[in-house]
Amino acid sequence: MSASTDNQKMPGKANLDVFSGTLQVLAQADREILAVTSDSRGSGKLVAFGQKFPAQIIEIGIAEQNLVGVAAGLASAGKKVFAVSPACFLTARALEQIKNDIAYSDNPVKLIGISAGVSYGALGSTHHSLHDYAVLRCINNIMIVAPADNFETEQAITQAAKLNKPIYIRFGKKPMSLLTEDESNGFEFGKGRLITEGNDIAIIATGETVYPALQAAIKLQAIYNINASVISMHTIKPLDYALLKLVAANTKAVITVEEHSIYGGLGEACASFLLENGYHKPFKIMGIPDEYTVTGSQTEILNHYGISEDGILKMSLQLLGLNTDEKTKP
Amino acid sequence: MNVKKMAIRSITYRQKILKYIVGANAGHTGGSLSCIDILNVLYNEVLNVSPQNFNSPNRDRYIQSKGHCVEALYVVLADKGFFPEDDLHTMCRYKSHYIGHPTRKVYGVEQNTGALGHGLSLSVGTAIAAKLDNKAYKVFTLMGDGELPEGSNWEAALTAAHYKLDNLCAIIDKNSLQITGPTADVCNTDPIDEKFESFGWEVKHVNGHSLQELKQVFDELPFKKGKPSLIIAHTVKGNGVSFMQNQTKWHHGVPDKEQYSIAVKELDTALAAII
Repeated sequence: MSASTDNQKMPGKANLDVFSGTLQVLAQADREILAVTSDSRGSGKLVAFGQKFPAQIIEIGIAEQNLVGVAAGLASAGKKVFAVSPACFLTARALEQIKNDIAYSDNPVKLIGISAGVSYGALGSTHHSLHDYAVLRCINNIMIVAPADNFETEQAITQAAKLNKPIYIRFGKKPMSLLTEDESNGFEFGKGRLITEGNDIAIIATGETVYPALQAAIKLQAIYNINASVISMHTIKPLDYALLKLVAANTKAVITVEEHSIYGGLGEACASFLLENGYHKPFKIMGIPDEYTVTGSQTEILNHYGISEDGILKMSLQLLGLNTDEKTKP
Repeated sequence: MNVKKMAIRSITYRQKILKYIVGANAGHTGGSLSCIDILNVLYNEVLNVSPQNFNSPNRDRYIQSKGHCVEALYVVLADKGFFPEDDLHTMCRYKSHYIGHPTRKVYGVEQNTGALGHGLSLSVGTAIAAKLDNKAYKVFTLMGDGELPEGSNWEAALTAAHYKLDNLCAIIDKNSLQITGPTADVCNTDPIDEKFESFGWEVKHVNGHSLQELKQVFDELPFKKGKPSLIIAHTVKGNGVSFMQNQTKWHHGVPDKEQYSIAVKELDTALAAII
């Protein structure tokens, strides 16, 4: 079995490209929409946006604290502001501005963390954002969203434009396949999407880790006759407790998957809810352990830590008490 | 400007600042007394801000970057009718909205501040929005000289000049003292004027306790077309109460009963001299 999710067919676009395309469509129709950048229009795929809508892009230069403060000021004056910067810098360097100027002051800025997680791969830990869910989760009044595929990204950006509350949306830059063709499986902030339904194990993933989770689930079913519920928990805060409860009640084990530290992210959010609500069952948080990551491409890093189709499959079998080497139906 | 009326206000404001700080048993006494004349002139002579127009997109904006001197702001907002002054008896009390730094829960407050080095970026964003919308409102922010080492100020200073924000006016309440001691000893930021000028600002100095000078300098805004304006207001920490003046310990010192009584009498005497 291939360990690499990148080796799968990836017919979709990068969520980053969907973001920039969607923002152009929105900005054309609504002149109050602004992109605010920190020398990040290239990495944010906003060069064309800047050419088409020069009056709707505000360049700040490499100064993330100021980027967020200025974005808050613009939003307070009625602008629909998308503050776009690499997730690593946006949510660490400017954290106090996010806390005070956006969340506490309730300025409805849309913070867009680009090249999130380990998207920057071998550029190293300065450029990784494995802390963003954790630090933002304990700040009141900001939603945290990691869309999984092109559909979720388009929806997240479109719905964020209408949202009058602070929100943080992060995604990566590798091409992503659609999770499902089912158009009735809609997208709404705070409501996880049940992609497959099964009673053996729940795999709750977020962002671009949902795809390998889904691939693992397909193999679990095909090879082992294990039925998994796969959830795209695109909104990490507020978490969809109702859906969490539903899948936890109906499965034997729960795995969470995220391109984030195992500390403070989706996994711990799910764990605390499940424990506090009496769901005591095999549980595993899959993410990046508490270390500066191994050097490699995004795919290599994720594979290294088992955040891959193969890794999720093995962990599912292990959590269900099955021999991971067994290739036959249990 | 009715100078006498304004001078009376300044003294009355000072008495109220002390009253509510004593009531709360907390507050930033020295800095509130150093910036109160600036706030007096801003709210009574400069800003087109009132409880009636506070939700209008065309109002001027005042963002207090030195949020710790919120007592000065509360007293002025109460005087302008944003809320009943009696509310200030709850300042810093359990469940009160009148906390020790500005929040939007209090009508009349533009932004939640208190962490230093935030007001200028917020103001820059608001001023850019005014330019984009072709609106005539001005944006004012009050900073302390002690908060200038925060790097975000200098990021914002660059952006303000880059976008030619002549609708932006920053005021530095230069009382030259901070919690540890003289600003010049803690982290010398002088010469402030040359620094901002080199960043592309137009700078003027003013006696921050002269109501006429303050009014005059605000009337000269923008100092130069296409440039953000900085007013360096030279002030005295604890101004108006002789034993508090230029004393580091009154940064957030709260007067005891006797000290309060002496301070009020001194201000009463000053008031009598005007009337």
